[in-house]
Amino acid sequence: MKTSDTDTQVSRSDVAERIRLSATSDRPYQLLLRGTALFFGAVIVLFVWSILHTAWPALRAFGFHMVTGKTWAAGNGPYGALPLIIDTLLTTLIALVIAVPVGLASALALLFLIPQKVRSTASSLIELLAAVPSVVYGLWGVWYLIPWFTTTLQPFLAGITGGAWPFSGAPVGFGILLAGVVLSVMILPTIVAISRDVISVVPSELIEGGLSLGATRSQVFTRVVLPSARTGIFGAIALGAGRALGETIAVAMVIGSNPQIPHSLFSSGATLASTIATQFGEATGSTTNALAALALMLMIITASVNAGARVLTRRAARGAQ
Amino acid sequence: MSKTTLELPPDPILERREEIQKRAAQTLGRRTLVSKAFLVMLVLMFLVALLPLGSVIFALLQKGISSISWPFLHTLPSQPSLIDQNAIGGIGNAIEGTLIIAGLAALIAVPMALLIGLYLSESSSRVGDFLRAIVEIMTGLPSILLGVFAYEYVVVPMKGYSGLAGVVALAVLMVPVIAKASELAFRGVPTTLREAGLALGARNSRVSRGVIIPAALPGVITGVLLSLARAMGETAPLLLVIGTSISWAWNPLHGMSALSLLTYDYSGSQYPSQRAAAWGVALTLVVLVMILSLSSRLISARMRKERR
Repeated sequence: MKTSDTDTQVSRSDVAERIRLSATSDRPYQLLLRGTALFFGAVIVLFVWSILHTAWPALRAFGFHMVTGKTWAAGNGPYGALPLIIDTLLTTLIALVIAVPVGLASALALLFLIPQKVRSTASSLIELLAAVPSVVYGLWGVWYLIPWFTTTLQPFLAGITGGAWPFSGAPVGFGILLAGVVLSVMILPTIVAISRDVISVVPSELIEGGLSLGATRSQVFTRVVLPSARTGIFGAIALGAGRALGETIAVAMVIGSNPQIPHSLFSSGATLASTIATQFGEATGSTTNALAALALMLMIITASVNAGARVLTRRAARGAQ
Repeated sequence: MSKTTLELPPDPILERREEIQKRAAQTLGRRTLVSKAFLVMLVLMFLVALLPLGSVIFALLQKGISSISWPFLHTLPSQPSLIDQNAIGGIGNAIEGTLIIAGLAALIAVPMALLIGLYLSESSSRVGDFLRAIVEIMTGLPSILLGVFAYEYVVVPMKGYSGLAGVVALAVLMVPVIAKASELAFRGVPTTLREAGLALGARNSRVSRGVIIPAALPGVITGVLLSLARAMGETAPLLLVIGTSISWAWNPLHGMSALSLLTYDYSGSQYPSQRAAAWGVALTLVVLVMILSLSSRLISARMRKERR
């Protein structure tokens, strides 16, 4: 009968052998990791290629007119994306004008003003906004915001300017303004979460220094906290903008799907993403190519905005260390 | 004895300080008032930020619950006609489609994303940095672009819409999100644990399997469940590639139905009965998504507690 002692005894040469083995036979593992990374890289290359490749015939046929052309007509063309680009930028701008002040105020309130007891609950409520699928926001916009816009908000805004620009036109509810408002709700959680994180790492010495010099709390917020967190806040805004630029379904449901250069904020419109969503299903031939060209534009815009956001948030994180 | 008097020269700094103190004292009342008003405004704006959430939840409950019933959840849809406009049937196959498409996408995405997360957490090379940048930019790209991708590489070669194309789009969408979350979780594991494992003679692969992944599990699970919740709610890529189905579609090589897409379709329907039912579909979808996001919180909170 063997004793358990001899079972567990390992000689020194065994250990040496094992160390040698572990150094050499780690190869499959490293290859697996590298292989997967490489595979995913290849998928991304294919992804970019699929869009480039499909867009190419349209780009070759229409060239730069695709970006500067003022008329978009599915079917036989012309395929001018200028109205779509303008509408995309305009809806995103409206979303930012609403969501940035509200988001920054919420971040400050969450960090400094809300009672400690309800802070984490309030935080998760804002995060809950991010978990709601975008199609639900679209549905909400159609059923709740359109009636409110037509009966209350749009007549009120038109009253301010006397029915002149930018609040001219019939108060039909759907359109650029509604899309901007729905987008503002959708990007709010992003802006709150990230600006909260960057504001929370502002050194407390700075805040206390400001207070001890006799500044009031609002002065400390606007002159100490926000300026010293500004890089990260710009990063948060850029991430929010990236989301708004590419949001598809909710916008498609509320913007009116009318590719035109808007003459007021009440106009209906169509963004790059919403046009792909609403027209891809029936598209054939040259329209498919033109829609892929829109996808390419959207990819270039959102990728650069996201890359910018990445640079800003990284710089903010490094500055905080 | 002579008396000398020392006369201090006027101190500009002192004078300036007194000036500042005087000004500060004079404006104190006004500044406090402004500050109070400002703080109240901040809290009000925060409450405004919660308003849409309240409104969406209210809408879902008010309009959704009335259209949900047991038959609605497990029967097939039917096409309303001019004779019977209320014959909308159920959404059973849409629930099934959503679960199959998202489940298969997770099956493909999770192992791949974990390996990429491991690779990113271990590598400090240029290649790793580049891949990390790509992964981060991918997480912010509009999902509809992946619809175009799946259309080109799955729908066109297979000559037809299919659930599989949706699976491909969602999987590519999920990988960067999970990879990012798991890289963070893997990096959070103390280096001493890894070194202890290596010092015992274990290989890197064994250390990853036996030490790193278990230690990082709460973070990884959170990432997986959150990305799964996000994938279930995605509509745009599915709109381009999965087509539709009005029967139980167990074969992902054919067209399928999904809750998110059905919500979109119903909301634009010509029949008021279907437009109202869109809220029932949306509520079902939101409940599924919320179960996932809440359980991710519970699981990670519980696992973190157990560790202590």
